[in-house]
Amino acid sequence: MSTNLEKPSGSTKPDAAAAHTTTADELSSAAVTVPTGADVGSYLRQYWQRIRGGDMGSLPAVAALVVLFLVFSVVENGFLSKANFASLITQAAPGILLAMGLVFVLLLGEIDLSAGTASGVGGAIVAVLLTKDWPWPLAVLAALVVGAVIGLGIGWMRTFLRVPSFVSTLALFLGLQGVVQIVVNSANTQGNLSLQSDTLVALENSNMPVWLGWVMAAVLVIGYAAQKLLAVAGRHKRGLPTEPSSITAAKVLGIAVLSFGFTFVLNLNRSPNAGGGTRIVERNGQLVTEKTGGEFLGGVPWVVPVILVLVVVLGFVLSRTRYGRHVYAVGGSDEAARRAGIRVNAVRISVFVICSTLAVVSGVVLASQTAVNAAQGGGNTLLLAVGAAVVGGTSLFGGKGKITDAVVGGAVVAVILNGMADLLHGKNNSAWQWIVTGLVLLLAATVDAMSRRRAGSTGLG
Amino acid sequence: MTDQPILRLRGVNKSFGAVHVLDDVDFEAYAGKVTALVGDNGAGKSTLVKCIGGTYPIDSGSYEFDGSPVHVSGPRDAAALGVEIVYQDLALCENLDVVQNMFLGRERMRGVVLDEESMEIAASQTLTSLSVRTLKSVRQRVSSLSGGQRQTVAIAKAALWKSRVVILDEPTAALGVAQTAQVLDLVRRLADQGVAVILISHNMLDVLQVADRIAVLYLGRMAATVDRADVNQTQVVELITTGRSGDLGIQPATASAGVSI
Repeated sequence: MSTNLEKPSGSTKPDAAAAHTTTADELSSAAVTVPTGADVGSYLRQYWQRIRGGDMGSLPAVAALVVLFLVFSVVENGFLSKANFASLITQAAPGILLAMGLVFVLLLGEIDLSAGTASGVGGAIVAVLLTKDWPWPLAVLAALVVGAVIGLGIGWMRTFLRVPSFVSTLALFLGLQGVVQIVVNSANTQGNLSLQSDTLVALENSNMPVWLGWVMAAVLVIGYAAQKLLAVAGRHKRGLPTEPSSITAAKVLGIAVLSFGFTFVLNLNRSPNAGGGTRIVERNGQLVTEKTGGEFLGGVPWVVPVILVLVVVLGFVLSRTRYGRHVYAVGGSDEAARRAGIRVNAVRISVFVICSTLAVVSGVVLASQTAVNAAQGGGNTLLLAVGAAVVGGTSLFGGKGKITDAVVGGAVVAVILNGMADLLHGKNNSAWQWIVTGLVLLLAATVDAMSRRRAGSTGLG
Repeated sequence: MTDQPILRLRGVNKSFGAVHVLDDVDFEAYAGKVTALVGDNGAGKSTLVKCIGGTYPIDSGSYEFDGSPVHVSGPRDAAALGVEIVYQDLALCENLDVVQNMFLGRERMRGVVLDEESMEIAASQTLTSLSVRTLKSVRQRVSSLSGGQRQTVAIAKAALWKSRVVILDEPTAALGVAQTAQVLDLVRRLADQGVAVILISHNMLDVLQVADRIAVLYLGRMAATVDRADVNQTQVVELITTGRSGDLGIQPATASAGVSI
C-alpha cells in the first residue's frame, strides 16, 4: 500500500497540502464528530443500536450455527465426530460457492434461478471433456467460459429486453436441465459419470498435508491482522477516528482462534483405523496374526483453500474497489447510481456473469463430490444456495449483503441437512430435512423483511 | 448588481411538439446570490431547469457561462461547467453512508483500492465549512438520516464538488419547520461560499426569507426578475398568478397574448 496520496486530477481536487495541515484542528472543532473513535463502551453501544435498528448482518446465522451445533451434538452421537466435521465441510462447499455468486445478484435485488442448473451444465461439460482426454485446466476453463456466456445472456435479457430476471432465469432453469442431459448423454455412459482427473476429484475427496494446513491458517491470520493494522495506522496518520484497539485485537484473536481451531480439528486423525489393527498373513507356510500400523486420515480438505481464496478476492472486490461500491450503489438505488454517472447496465450484466461463472465452479466441486448425472444441479441445489445467502444475512431486496454471508449461511444449511440426516430414521427422514430447511429459509426471509421494515420505521439502518 | 452573472440565458425557446413551453426566457444567476425561480404549476420551471442542466437541448436562444457562449447538449456538458442539480427525490443510496454517497461515481482511488480516508476527510471538511451540525457521523448510513439531514447531504455533495451553479428543486417540500430552517440556512451558506444558487420553491415564506433575487415565470414567459428588497409577498403572489403586479411583470396587452397560448 503506497503512502502517497493519489487523487484524481482536475479542478475538483481540493488543495491536498491544505487538507493535511487543517485536518486535525478542523476535525477537533468540527460539528461532525465521529463517535466510533471514543471507547469500547460506545463502540459496543453503537453496534447494539445498529442491530436493534435491523442491521444484523450475519449475526442471526452465527447464532443459529451455534445453537444447531449444540442441539445436534447433544441429541446425536456421531455429529461431533472428527469424520463428520470434515464431511460437513465438503458437503457445504458446493452450496457455499453457489451462494457466493448469488450474493452478487441478490445485492442488485435480482435473482438467478438458473444458477443451480448452470452449475450442472458446468460439471457435466468438465466431466465429458475429461472423458475426451482434455487436460483438466482446459476443461474447467471451457466450462467457466460457458458459465460466463450464460450470465451474459441473462444480463442482456434483463438490461436490453427488460425481461425480469425472475422469469428469464426460470426459463433457463428449465432449459439448462435439458442441456445437462444432452451433455451427459454425449459421453455415452449410463448413470453417473465421475471426473477423470485426480486433481479435480481431490478437491472434495483428499486433504492437504498437515503442515500445509497450518501454514494456510497462519497466512490467513497474519494477512487479516496485517490488513487490519494497516487500515488502523492509515486512519490514525490522517487524524481520523479508529475503532478501539481492544476491538481490533478481539477481532484478530477471534479469527486466529477460528482458523487454528478448525485446522487443529481437521488435522486430527479421523481414520476409523487410527489405532491400527491386526491382519492375518501367511508367513513361512503358517498363518500368523500381525499387528498393522495405524492409518492416517486427516488434514484440511482441498476445497477449503479454494473457498478461502474466493472469499478473500470477492470480499476485496466488493468492499475495497470502485466496482464493488457501484454494485452496492445500484442495489441501493439504481436511479441515484445512474445520476452519479455509474454505468448501471454494465454493473447489472456483470453480476449475472459473476454468478453464473461461480455456479460453474460450484458445479465442478459438486461433480468432484458426487460425480455427474443427468439430473445434475436440478431440483433443490439452487434454492438451498439462495437460502444459504439469505440465511447468512444477504437481503432479497438488494443493497445489503457480504460475501461471508454465503459461507455462514451455507454452513447453517449444511449443518441442518447433515444433522437431520442421522437424527431421524424411517421413510420420512428426507421429508423432514426438506421441511426443516424450508422453515429455516422462511424464517431468514421473514427476518430480512422485518429488519427492513424496522430500519424504515425507526430510521436506523 | 454590476457583477457579471455566472450563468446567463438569453431569449431561450423550448417547444414540445405544438406546445411552446419556454417563450423568449431571459435568466441570470450570480455568484454568491440565491436566485429564486418561482411560478405556478406548468409555468415552465422544470423545463427551464432541465434546459440549464442539459437534459433538454434549447431550441433557440443563447446559453452563456462566465460571459462566453457555451453549447450544452447533455447533462455531462452541464456538469463539466459546474452546474449541479439537487433533485427533489434526492438521488441518494440509502444503503451507503454519507461519505460514500457524496463521492458516488467520483470515488478517490489509491491504485485499485478506494481511498476511504481521503474521502472521509474531504466530506467532513465540506460539512464543517457549511457549519452542518445535524450529522452525528459521516459514516452513518443515509437510511438512518431524517429528511432534512438527507437534503443536507445532497446539498453538501454539490458543495464538495465545487459546483459553480447549484440548482435546488423544492428542497424544503417534505420538511418540518425546524428542518426547513436548517436547510435554508445551508442554502444561504452555500451562496456565501460564492456559489450561484438557484432555488425552486412553491413556498413563498422560504423564497422571501432566503432569496436575493426572484425570477417569476408565468405561462412560459419570464414575467419579472426582481430584487428581493424591492417586493413584498403580495406582489410576488400576484406575479405568479397573473403575470403582473402594478408596474412589474407582463403588461396587459402582452399578458393576454400569453394567456391565449
